[in-house]
Amino acid sequence: MSDTPNIGFVRHEPIPPSAPPIQQAGMVKWMRENLFSNWINSILTILSIYFVAKIILASTPWMWNGVWTTSSLRECREVLQGTIGACWSVLAERWNQMLFGFKYPAEAYWRPTLAFVLLLVCIAPILFQKLPRNMLIFSAIYPFLAFWLIWGGTVLTPVVVALSLIAGYLAFVKMERLTGFATGLLSGVVAVALVLYLGSFVTAALPEFIALEPVASRDMGGFMLNLILGTVCVSLSIPLGIVLALGRQSNMPIIKGICVVFIEFIRGVPLITLLFVANVVLSYFFPPGTNLDLILRVIIMITLFSAAYIAEVIRGGLAALPRGQYEAADSLGLDYPQAMRLIILPQALKISIPGIVNVAVGLFKDTTLVSVISMFDLVGMIRGPISSSTAWTGIYWELYLFAILLFFVVCYGISQYSQWLERQLRTDHH
Amino acid sequence: MSEAQMKVSDEIAISIEHMNKWYGTFHVLRDINLDVQRGERIVICGPSGSGKSTLIRCINALEEHQQGSITVDGTLLSSDVKNIDKVRSEVGMCFQHFNLFPHLTILENCTLAPIWVRKIPKKEAEETAMHFLEKVKIPEQADKYPGQLSGGQQQRVAIARSLCMKPRIMLFDEPTSALDPEMIKEVLDTMIELAEDGMTMLCVTHEMGFARQVANRVIFMDAGQIVEQNKPEEFFNKPQSDRTKLFLSQILGH
Repeated sequence: MSDTPNIGFVRHEPIPPSAPPIQQAGMVKWMRENLFSNWINSILTILSIYFVAKIILASTPWMWNGVWTTSSLRECREVLQGTIGACWSVLAERWNQMLFGFKYPAEAYWRPTLAFVLLLVCIAPILFQKLPRNMLIFSAIYPFLAFWLIWGGTVLTPVVVALSLIAGYLAFVKMERLTGFATGLLSGVVAVALVLYLGSFVTAALPEFIALEPVASRDMGGFMLNLILGTVCVSLSIPLGIVLALGRQSNMPIIKGICVVFIEFIRGVPLITLLFVANVVLSYFFPPGTNLDLILRVIIMITLFSAAYIAEVIRGGLAALPRGQYEAADSLGLDYPQAMRLIILPQALKISIPGIVNVAVGLFKDTTLVSVISMFDLVGMIRGPISSSTAWTGIYWELYLFAILLFFVVCYGISQYSQWLERQLRTDHH
Repeated sequence: MSEAQMKVSDEIAISIEHMNKWYGTFHVLRDINLDVQRGERIVICGPSGSGKSTLIRCINALEEHQQGSITVDGTLLSSDVKNIDKVRSEVGMCFQHFNLFPHLTILENCTLAPIWVRKIPKKEAEETAMHFLEKVKIPEQADKYPGQLSGGQQQRVAIARSLCMKPRIMLFDEPTSALDPEMIKEVLDTMIELAEDGMTMLCVTHEMGFARQVANRVIFMDAGQIVEQNKPEEFFNKPQSDRTKLFLSQILGH
């Protein structure tokens, strides 16, 4: 074995750690690596620059030369005299209609505006855990305050609704402890109905008590309508989606069956048909004489629709959790609601954030579909009253650019927030 | 460690009678009869698929048995959810893959069940948790997340988490199988310490050194049946059945 090389080795001097080699940096190096690494990439880079430049060069003068002060498209054309330029005057003249709809009283514009500003205050503590927790009290009050601000009427109406919910909650907690979940739920519902019934006499007797000028639901419109539908439906459909997702995982065949049928049915139907149902058919299901508000009907339909999608997203999150998490929760003696609330849902929802945000953004944009059932949201306003007015017939680009801008700002904000939240919730490595 | 230190009382902690379990048509546990005295430390071994994990998972009802009876601390395990929750809060369990809650800190992992199940005030629960984290020798990690700890540390946290519920019985389901050799010792040391304190323990493991040192009884299972059980010395030195001899020669022979 004399020809075997000597493979024995012992290290006596440990190798001390040293600094990594200095990275080559600089603009030129970056461009060579990322833009011009080979000739195909170089051609693609040059083509892209060409098209981007072309678009900017063509659109800038159109935007820059735009006219802001005329009162009709014809006057715009006269001012421009054949040169390229946008007719921004339509925005200057009709911005209020695009934001609030054409029937909302102009002297009350401050009310939805204030409601919008307060909305930001309301969702801030929900979105950012670091803010003081007692701000959540305002978040709980906000829905009733916003309703009063936007719809007007006596302040007693939302107060009665809030009181009925509190009464229902207290009745539920009390009875659940004494007799169990089902009777607790029933007594909660009874308490809500009872307080609502009694409260209706109070509101009927004092319609002028701290009242704002009432605005009917059919007078809501513009981007305000999109925002109302978007926020209400998203905030309702997330809890409903969680319930549906858990129901679909249930061991109880009837609950599971109901959830599966509901989710699969809703997902198999276009939203637009559900909106037509809300508009026309839904009133047949209620006793004659009940006149359920159109906005309420649309909210119910959009909420059910997006809840089905969110339920499927959350189901994916639940399925992604290892079985060991359920078993560990069980083995510690946590009961089902505790295990779900403390262990399973926090993790499953974290996994589901991108999917939920995806649904929420889609839902917000889908609220423009209500223009089809003759509600005058932002798109409805553009398609209807503004485009068909004699002064502005034939104007498209400026109006739709404005709509795109509004939707983009909101949706991009939501998407940025969700990415930030994912980074915040990452606990696996720091 | 002398035998006198590790007292076994006559009181019965777990009693399993004629228990049978099937997965579909597969008969996974066959006529299991087992009485565990309080303070007893039992090691269950056997080839994979022999039903040893399923057996201890039946004891805290993570798996349902179809025939026979399991009585834990005088509570009969049935489909009654109240009984199951009662047993689970008295029986601690450690898993092969630790199953810590990754979204909670180590301290929160340990205080969660005492706060929500035992309704202990948060401050008191945190003191108890720190006590047990010191016992498993990682109090300094209390504010970290499970993902930042090594496997051995995670398993010790899992043991501390179970202990925070002050269980009367501890179940271990292959607690060292997913660990690097260097980390096995720290977990076994923790378990030995626990045994010295008189905890009733059922442990599925292949650590035969641990079995020799700590167990009062070794149970060998194969094909869903208890094939042989004996004191550790007898079991390792004079195995009776051929199946046991083969198994021991395979795991001790290398």
